[in-house]
Amino acid sequence: MNKTVNQKAWFLVLPVLVLVAFSAVIPLMTVVNYSVQDTFGNNVFFPAGLEWFRDTLQSDRMWASLGRQIMFSAIILAIEVPLGIFVALNMPKKGAWVSVCLVLMSLPLLIPWNVVGTIWQIFGRVDIGLFGYLMAQLGIDYNYTQDALDAWFTLVIMDVWHWTSLVALLAYAGLQSIPDAYYQAAKIDQASRWKVFRYIELPKMQGVLLIAILLRFMDSFMIYTEPFVVTGGGPGSATNFLSIDLVKVALGQMDLGPAAAYSIMYFLVVLLISWVFYTVMTNIDKRGGA
Amino acid sequence: MSATTTDAAATRARARTGRRFNTSALVMVLYLVFLFLPIYWLINMSLKPNSEILGGVTFWPRNFTFDNYVTILTDPSWYMGYVNSIIYVSLNTLISITVALPAAYAFSRYHFMGDKHLFFWLLTNRMAPPAVFALPFFQLYSSIGLFDTHIAVALAHCLFNVPLAVWILEGFMRGVPKEIDETAYIDGYSFGRFFTRIFMPLIASGIGVTAFFCFMFSWVELLLSRTLTATEAKPIAATMTRTIGASGIDWGVLAAAGVLTIVPGALVIWFVRNYIAKGFALGRV
Repeated sequence: MNKTVNQKAWFLVLPVLVLVAFSAVIPLMTVVNYSVQDTFGNNVFFPAGLEWFRDTLQSDRMWASLGRQIMFSAIILAIEVPLGIFVALNMPKKGAWVSVCLVLMSLPLLIPWNVVGTIWQIFGRVDIGLFGYLMAQLGIDYNYTQDALDAWFTLVIMDVWHWTSLVALLAYAGLQSIPDAYYQAAKIDQASRWKVFRYIELPKMQGVLLIAILLRFMDSFMIYTEPFVVTGGGPGSATNFLSIDLVKVALGQMDLGPAAAYSIMYFLVVLLISWVFYTVMTNIDKRGGA
Repeated sequence: MSATTTDAAATRARARTGRRFNTSALVMVLYLVFLFLPIYWLINMSLKPNSEILGGVTFWPRNFTFDNYVTILTDPSWYMGYVNSIIYVSLNTLISITVALPAAYAFSRYHFMGDKHLFFWLLTNRMAPPAVFALPFFQLYSSIGLFDTHIAVALAHCLFNVPLAVWILEGFMRGVPKEIDETAYIDGYSFGRFFTRIFMPLIASGIGVTAFFCFMFSWVELLLSRTLTATEAKPIAATMTRTIGASGIDWGVLAAAGVLTIVPGALVIWFVRNYIAKGFALGRV
């Protein structure tokens, strides 16, 4: 759509600006403020320069958490995106079943995150959970509170359970926008199922898939509540992701300076990766729209 | 004799339906079973007394009981958690949509100085890890005397819901041709009247979807809502930690509380089911 230049449009954006400034800029400035100061308590602060940033950058613990976090997000994306597309391709195209599938699939998305954690905490337990029980029946030694690999497995399958539907619904929305004529043309050309997918469906889904990847990346990178409920970062520190580690530093040890420096770097990493995604996304939007 | 014929007929019928069930349906059934196994287990557990839960795995409650639900629905400290959650979620949805509507209109219709940067800056707030904001929020709302109020949680959740609302609404508004605006102005409509009488009804489904998303993300969030409340506005999700007492965890009540948190979400989905797919694509399909 051709937009007109209108500087007065700023007035329409003003309420959002004020609200977001209040709920984002002020807290963020507080964080920045803490990150360059030190305190011995009693609210007496003195400047500490970039010491906290240097400390955090040299802390093995932070790098280990970052590594775990990147691995977790990578595994999540590698499973959920293909699986979501696969499910979307198999969803009914029209009829009463569409609504049923949509409603049933969205259900996990609307469960409070700590309840999601609780559900899987119960479900995976060897003594009272169905999943743990079945694993025991199959003779597999499975215990997510003791074994690091089992804890990872539980968290990954929980996230797949929780969020694959989001990817599937987005991909489905993309598929629905493909006109029938495309498929008919493919049929006349006797294109194989794979070619239809590769040259018709995938390009048409590109835009929504990027949204899906962006959303899934951001949310998996910020994941806190679910692993906190299920494993609490354990066993040991095997599932200590960035958010969990940050909260441990900030609220557990009340180390405001290091926690603030940590927060800022965390935010910057998310911002950087998301910015790359966003730039790619808008470029594709432009090419598709023109 | 007749029994065998009916048996045979039944087998044939099954075989026929079996063939009609294609692989797509099979995939969907498997996926939905995967989604519903944990939920089934939660419901199953919520209908058992604790002795049976801890006594071993039973696939169906033997000592069927609603006691766990009765506990929650008769104890104010339990059910007020639901009331609190619903109050702040509704407040947040209302605030988010009210401020996002004019902003989304501006982004979808006009170029203005710094519009692209502003749009991305708004989105960055959706990317901010809540863990980063928990402590500053606590201090900010404590210092202005809003700690432990519904409005504090509603405002805090605006952090991620307002950018999202602007994003989705902008997508829907882009789909409305600009000629409609121009015609209305020629007909002598003021901006306010045009916006509320003509434009908002046109994007009603978009507003519905946006409300759904605001509801969803505010309803599922725990970290901020727990940090900003103590007793008066405590959300249900935080109340659930109460089940861990001196005598161990009250599994039955925990499961029942979990089941009850799923219900509002399920109701909301049912209302917007026809728009969900488009909404998840943020109106960009």
